[in-house]
Amino acid sequence: MIELQGLTKRYGDKTAVDHLTFTVRPGVVTGFLGPNGAGKSTTMRMMLGLDSPSGGDVRIDGRHYAQLSEPLKHIGALLDAKSIHGGRTAYNHLLCIAQSNRIPRHRVDEVLETVGLTAVARKRSKGFSLGMGQRLGIAAALLGDPEILMFDEPVNGLDPEGIHWIRNLMKGLAAQGRTVFVSSHLMSEMALTAEHLIVIGRGRLLADTSMADFIERNSRSYVRLRTPQPERLKDVLSAAGHTVVTTGDGAFEVTGVEAAQLGELAAQHQLVLHELSPMRASLEEAFMQLTAESVEYHAHGTVAPVGGPVAAGAHLAPVPQGQPGQPGQPGQPEQQPQWGAQWRNPGSGKGR
Amino acid sequence: MAAPAAVLQSEWTKIRSVRSTVWTLALAFLVTAALGAVISLVFDNNWDSMSDSDKATFDPTAVSFFGMTLGQLALIVFGVLVISSEYSTGMIRTSLTAVPQRATFYTSKVAVAGGLALVVGMLTSFITFFLGQALLGSHKARIGDPGVLRAVVGAGLYMTLLVLLCVGAAAMLRSPMLGLGILMPFFFLVSPILSAVPKVKTVAHYFPDQAGQKIMQVVPSTDDHVSYGPWGGIGIMAVWVVVALIGGYIVLRQRDA
Ligand SMILES: Nc1ncnc2c1ncn2[C@@H]1O[C@H](COP(=O)(O)OP(=O)(O)O)[C@@H](O)[C@H]1O
Ligand SMILES: [Mg+2]
Repeated sequence: MIELQGLTKRYGDKTAVDHLTFTVRPGVVTGFLGPNGAGKSTTMRMMLGLDSPSGGDVRIDGRHYAQLSEPLKHIGALLDAKSIHGGRTAYNHLLCIAQSNRIPRHRVDEVLETVGLTAVARKRSKGFSLGMGQRLGIAAALLGDPEILMFDEPVNGLDPEGIHWIRNLMKGLAAQGRTVFVSSHLMSEMALTAEHLIVIGRGRLLADTSMADFIERNSRSYVRLRTPQPERLKDVLSAAGHTVVTTGDGAFEVTGVEAAQLGELAAQHQLVLHELSPMRASLEEAFMQLTAESVEYHAHGTVAPVGGPVAAGAHLAPVPQGQPGQPGQPGQPEQQPQWGAQWRNPGSGKGR
Repeated sequence: MAAPAAVLQSEWTKIRSVRSTVWTLALAFLVTAALGAVISLVFDNNWDSMSDSDKATFDPTAVSFFGMTLGQLALIVFGVLVISSEYSTGMIRTSLTAVPQRATFYTSKVAVAGGLALVVGMLTSFITFFLGQALLGSHKARIGDPGVLRAVVGAGLYMTLLVLLCVGAAAMLRSPMLGLGILMPFFFLVSPILSAVPKVKTVAHYFPDQAGQKIMQVVPSTDDHVSYGPWGGIGIMAVWVVVALIGGYIVLRQRDA
C-alpha cells in the first residue's frame, strides 16, 4: 500500500507535482498515466525517498521510505533512467544490491533466471541492449521478493517481444497478490495491463478510477449526422426522444441509438442526410482530451470530473476538422473552428 | 535500519567489481614505486657531482617518495570515481533505494574506499621506500633511523587522506568531470606552484597536500620556515579531509539523487 497525501514537488517556480493525493492498493495493477512531463517520474522518485517533497507526504505501508529497514524486501522499483553502473557485471550489480539488504546470494541467480539473463550474468552491462538493461533493472526490483513493485515506463523503447514479456510479468505479479504500480504515457498500454487508473496532467490528479469505469465512461459510441436541414432534423430527433448534441462544425451527435434506426427516422420525414456515421471514441482520445484540458482546470482550481466534459470532448476526436463543441460547458477550452468554417456550416453559429 | 555490516559488504562488492579500482590503484603503486626507484638511482649515480650543501640536506627517504607527485594523480582518480561514478551512471538511485539511510550509505562507502586506500597506500609506501633505498647504495636511510619509520608510515597515511579528501570533494561536486577537472590540476599544478611563490607560499603551506607531505620529510630543508611539524602537517591535512567529508555528506543529505 502506497499512500500519497498532498504530495508536491517544485523545481524553482515550476511545480512538477502538485498536491497529489491517492492510494495505491494491493493486489492489482495500478496504472499511472500522464503525458510526458506530467510528473510521473518525479512522483515515483519521491515515493522512493530519492527526491524530497516540497510539501505533503508519501508513505509505504504506513512508513516513510527511509524508515524501512531493508526496503527492497518491501518494495522494488524500476526507474525510467538507467540506474546501473555499466562497468559491473550483471551478477555483481545484483550481488551488491542483494548484500545491502541481506538478501541471500541464491536470489541473484534466481532473478537472473526469471528475467532470462543467466547467459550474460558475467558480462558487463555496458554492452547490454536496451531490453537487456531493462531486464536487469527488473531483476534488481524483484531481488527482495517485495510485495510492492513499481515500474516507470517499463516498455519505453522496447521491441514487441520485450513489451509482451513485461506485460505478462506485471500481470503475473499482480495475480500473486502483489501491488503493482506502473507508469506510462500511453493509454493503450494501460488499458492492456492496469485494473486501476490514476491519471495526472501537469502534476495534478485528473482521475483516480477503476479501468472498467474509465472505459465505460469514455469509450461511448454514438452516431454522427450531417444534414442541410439542421433545424428540421433537430426537431425530428428531439421528437423521437433522442438527445442531440450540436458540434462546432454543424454536425449532430446522438448517443444510445443505432445508425440504422436514425437513417430510417430521417427517411420517414424525408430529410436529406449528408452523413450518417457510427463513431466510437477511443480511450487514447479520451485520455488526450482529459490531459489537454488540465491546463484549463488549473485556472478553475478544480479537478476534472471523469466522464463529464471529458466524454463530451472526446467524441469529436475521430473527425480531423471537428472541434469539441458542447458550448457553454464549464472548463471547455475556447477552441475555434477554422476561420470561416461557420460560413460553410451555418448551423454551427446557432450553437455558439 | 540497514545493517551496517551488510552495507559495508555491499560497498566492498561495488568497489572490487569495477575495473577503475584496479587500474587506478595499480597505477598509483607502479608510478610511485618506479619513479621513486629511477630518481633514487639518478641521485646515487650523480652523488659526486652534488654540492656540499646539497649533500648535507640530502634526504634519502623523501627522495624515494618523489614519484608520489605523479602517482597521487591516480589516487585522485580513484577517490573521485568511487563516488562520482554513482552519479554519472545513475547507480546512485539504485544505491539509495537499497540503502535510504544516507549516512549509513555514505560512511560505508567512505570506510571501504579509505580502508582500501590505507592498505594500498601502506604497501606502496613501504615497497617504494625499500626499493628506493636499495638503489641509493651507500647513501640510503634505514627504517630504524630517527624519523624514517614515521615518514614511511606517514606516506601511507598521506595517500589514504588524499583519497578521502577526493571522496569528500567528489561527493560535493558529483560530476566526475568537475571532480577530476578541479582536483587534478589543483594537486598537480596549482598547489605546487603556489607553494613556491614568495608570500603566497605561507598560505599554500596550509593546503592539504603541502601540509600532509611534510610527514615524508626526514631531513629538514634549509628554506623551510613552516610552523608545523610532520604530525602537525598531517593533522592539518586531516582537518581538510574531515571538512570535505562533512561537506560531501551535507550535499548528499540535502540534494535530490
Ligand atoms: N531535476 C529536475 N529539475 C528541474 N525540473 C525537473 C527535474 N525533474 C523533472 N523536472 C520537470 O518536472 C516535470 C515533470 O517531470 P517528470 O516527472 O520527469 O515527468 P514524467 O515522468 O511524467 O514525464 C517536467 O516538466 C520536468 O521538466
Ligand atoms: Mg518519466
